[in-house]
Parts: sequence; structure tokens; C-alpha cells
Amino acid sequence: MNRYLFYPGCSMESSAKAYMESLNTILEPLELTFEEIDDWNCCGATEYLGINLIPAYSLIARNLALAAKQKNNANGSGSTRTVVAPCSACYLNLAKADYYMQERPSLGAKVNEALQAGGLQYTPGTLDVRHLIDVLVYDVGVETIRSKVVRPLTGLRVAPYMGCMLPRPDYKHRWSDHEHPTELDDLLRALGADVIDYPLTTECCGGHMTQIGPETAFELIRRLIADADDRGAQMMATVCPMCQMNIDAYQNEMNHYFHTDYHMPILFFTQLMGLAFGRDPKELGIGVELVSSRNAMAHIGVEVPVTQEPAAPKKKNEGLPMPRRWTKHEGKEVVK
Amino acid sequence: MPHMTDERVRAGLNREEDLSLLHEVSMKTAGVSHLEMCIQCGTCGGSCPVAQDMDHTPRMLFAMLRAGMREEVLRSNTPWICVSCYHCVVRCPQEVHIADVMYTLKGMAIQAKLYSDSTAPHFSQTFVDMVETFGRSYELGLASRHYLKHFPLRLPGMMPMGFGMISKGRMSIMPKKIKHMDQLTTILDHAKTLELTS
Repeated sequence: MNRYLFYPGCSMESSAKAYMESLNTILEPLELTFEEIDDWNCCGATEYLGINLIPAYSLIARNLALAAKQKNNANGSGSTRTVVAPCSACYLNLAKADYYMQERPSLGAKVNEALQAGGLQYTPGTLDVRHLIDVLVYDVGVETIRSKVVRPLTGLRVAPYMGCMLPRPDYKHRWSDHEHPTELDDLLRALGADVIDYPLTTECCGGHMTQIGPETAFELIRRLIADADDRGAQMMATVCPMCQMNIDAYQNEMNHYFHTDYHMPILFFTQLMGLAFGRDPKELGIGVELVSSRNAMAHIGVEVPVTQEPAAPKKKNEGLPMPRRWTKHEGKEVVK
Repeated sequence: MPHMTDERVRAGLNREEDLSLLHEVSMKTAGVSHLEMCIQCGTCGGSCPVAQDMDHTPRMLFAMLRAGMREEVLRSNTPWICVSCYHCVVRCPQEVHIADVMYTLKGMAIQAKLYSDSTAPHFSQTFVDMVETFGRSYELGLASRHYLKHFPLRLPGMMPMGFGMISKGRMSIMPKKIKHMDQLTTILDHAKTLELTS
């Protein structure tokens, strides 16, 4: 069993519960042991960095300091210096703190001064911060993953969506490309899925803009979904809780805003791995997505428990005629 | 000597004073910002997926920094619109840490109370408040506080989504708190007294 330190991040306990559940099912077949960092705290997402620099980096570095203490563990399972994060934002924040504390020694010194107030210390460079898919593709290997497939996803057309914060800025040169990386494509192909060409794979989902500037975010979400749809994808696969949340939970509002009628389910890549490894959709959290993957799953003969989709906000039939910004299914709209 | 606009001549600004803002921003940015090395090529603005919603493209903002236009820079919505997608960062031929400069500008704008729309600063602050209270993010508390304050009219439309998230167990009703909250508080309180000076 290969041992790794694990930083789950806040969303894995709530909005991305399905990611955590499905991840737990693939660890054993791939002979991985993930050991959670004890008492980890939030990484601050993209919010704390814009408020106050030293506290923001101290918040991130507390996790690194705690992880470094756990490097060699009691049960003799060997030491590790790799911290795995399944969320792209957490991964970037941890990697960034480690990198900048080295690049700018004065930052490292101030952050350590703050950590010492809490009895902690971190020497930058001690740990290797990596994303889950990095470990799966480069440590476990695509061939090993292929060998565990018992139910190939043949016939499932998937858009591989990497998101932006994973392949960029890439401080340690881990990815095949910054703008068109192929790691997710390779992995999904090994599962037998029909992976479409998806040039927008590393475009942004809008991040926190769904909360603070929804119009900006809706346009980014629309582009991603429209392109996947145009290219005939039945669903999207993601590696990040934030991307999943924006594409899934805000799709309805986006449709309402643009008068479109997209129905593009998005699942975590670990859910697809679990399926291909023969696990039951229920234990993989399939069905808790708001845009149901039922139709997409039917293509590979997987039955998804029926779930109620949130009702679309009521459209007014009366009122002044307003110009439309985007209408995909013009005919449909008029009938409504 | 670069060409100076009438306003700049009237304000009596000379070139040395101009550069102080650039240096201040560069100093306060994590890592080595490379901000001084910007060659105004515009690759950043051309790579930006949300440039259409910005008051200034990053390139223009950096020119304004260089010109010492403190108030205009800090009032610009550009750092608040930036989605941190790092497209510009990997394409910049001078390796300017553009996204990190945007974080620095947000912090400076908050300190100087110079932002035109309070939605984004309040969201960040609310998020930070949750983290400073619980040590973890708390989505339900964050969302309800934020929407009530800034998007009360969006709430009815959001209800189905919110209920969907809760009924599918994707949003916790109660926040989770870390074990050693006191330790985190001590660290953050001490960190707040520190500033990057070199």
C-alpha cells in the first residue's frame, strides 16, 4: 500500500460529498492509503488572499506544518512527503504557499513567525503538494487503472473538464500542458469512455463569481456547457468541487438568464472510475447532482436512482418584450 | 522622461514619485511579482476570459500603476472581476505574477476603502469571518448572509437550488469546527500584526 497524506478541503464534507464517497471506493483497488491531516483547516479559497496577505498564507501554512509533523507515522507504514488534495483551489493554495515561501524568503520568515505563536513551524520544500489526478495518472499509472476496469464505459461520450487552477500556474511543471493537458483524457479513455475533443478544458467555471457577479459567471458557464453540448457530449467529468458546483448547481439559473435549455450533467472523475471498477452508483454518490445524470448513464446501462430536479423558476408570460441575448432552442422557447 | 498628461503636470508628479506606487504593490505581493518588468504587450488582456466586464485590462492597470494613479487603480473593478484562472500568468512573457498582483490590489482597495461595488469585498470578508470562527468554510451561513445582504431579489430563484443541495445532503445545516481553534486564532492574530517589508 502506498501511503499519502491527505488534505480533503471543506467541500469534500458538504457540496462535493459524492467526490469523497467515490474516492473512498477506488483507494483499495489501487492500493493507496490516504491519511487525513489531523485537524486541518480551510485553505482560504480565493477569498482570504485578497483581504490580508500574511494571515492568508499563515492559514494555508498551518496545514503544511501539521502535515509535515505527520510525515513519519507510528504504524510503521513508511514515511511520505506527498500531500494529496482533491480540490483544485486547495491544491493551488497549498502549492502556492510552499512555493512562494521559498521564492520570497521574507514571506517564509513572517509566516513562520506567525506559526510559532501557535507552536508550529514549516520549512518550505519539506512537502510535495500534488493533486489527486496527478497521483492517479503518474504514480498509479493509466495502465494499472485500465487493468482494474470490469465495466468499461463504452458508449459514454464525456467532455473532460480540467478547470483552470489545476494546470496553471503549475509551479513545479507537473502537467503535460498548461492549456490543453491530456491527463484527464487519458484516464477517462482507460475507463473505456468515448472522450470528446474539448478545447475549453482549462477555461474557468467562474469560481466565486457565481456569488458576487453572476452575469460574469453565467457567461463562462454557458460557454463551457454550450461547447460540450455542440460536440455531442452526454456529460462532463470534473476534478474540482468548485467546477462541479458551478456547472451543476447554477446551470438552472444560467439557463434562465440566457433563455437556453441545456441539460449537461457533470460528475467527478472518481465517480466514473468507481463505475468502471464495478461499484454501485449509489455508493458513488451518483444521483445527488442537481442536473441528473440519468439519461447519460442510461447509455452505459447504469440505472440512476430517480431524483427530483429543482423546479425551474417560473417564467412570466406577460410583460414587455425583452431582447434575448442567447437562444439555443428558439422553437422550444416560443412554445413555452 | 515619458510623456505626461496635463493632469499629471498639474498634480506636480515627477517620475520618481510615480514609481513609488509600483514598488509598493510589488513589495506587498507574495513571491517575486516581476511587476516592474511588464512590457505592456497586452497578452494578459487578450487572454482574459472576463476582460469584457473589467474597467481596465490588466495591461492598462499596470500602466496606471506605473503612472502612479493610485486612486484610479484602487477604484478599478478589474481585480474584483479577475477569476484567478491564471491564463495570463502562464502566457506572460515577463512572468509577472498577475493574479497575485490582483490579490494585493484588492487588499489595498479594502484598506483605502476605495472600491466602487461592495459585493465582492463583503463576500470575501464574510468568508474570512466564517473561517476565523470555525476554521472551516460554512457554505449555508456564508450563502444566506451574503444573499440577504446583496442579492435579496435573487433569493426566490435560488430557493430550489438551496433546497436541492440540502435535501441531497450537499449542504450542512451546522458548521464544523476544528479541534484547535484557539491555536489557529493565535496564529492569525499574530499574523495580522505582520507585514511584508522586504
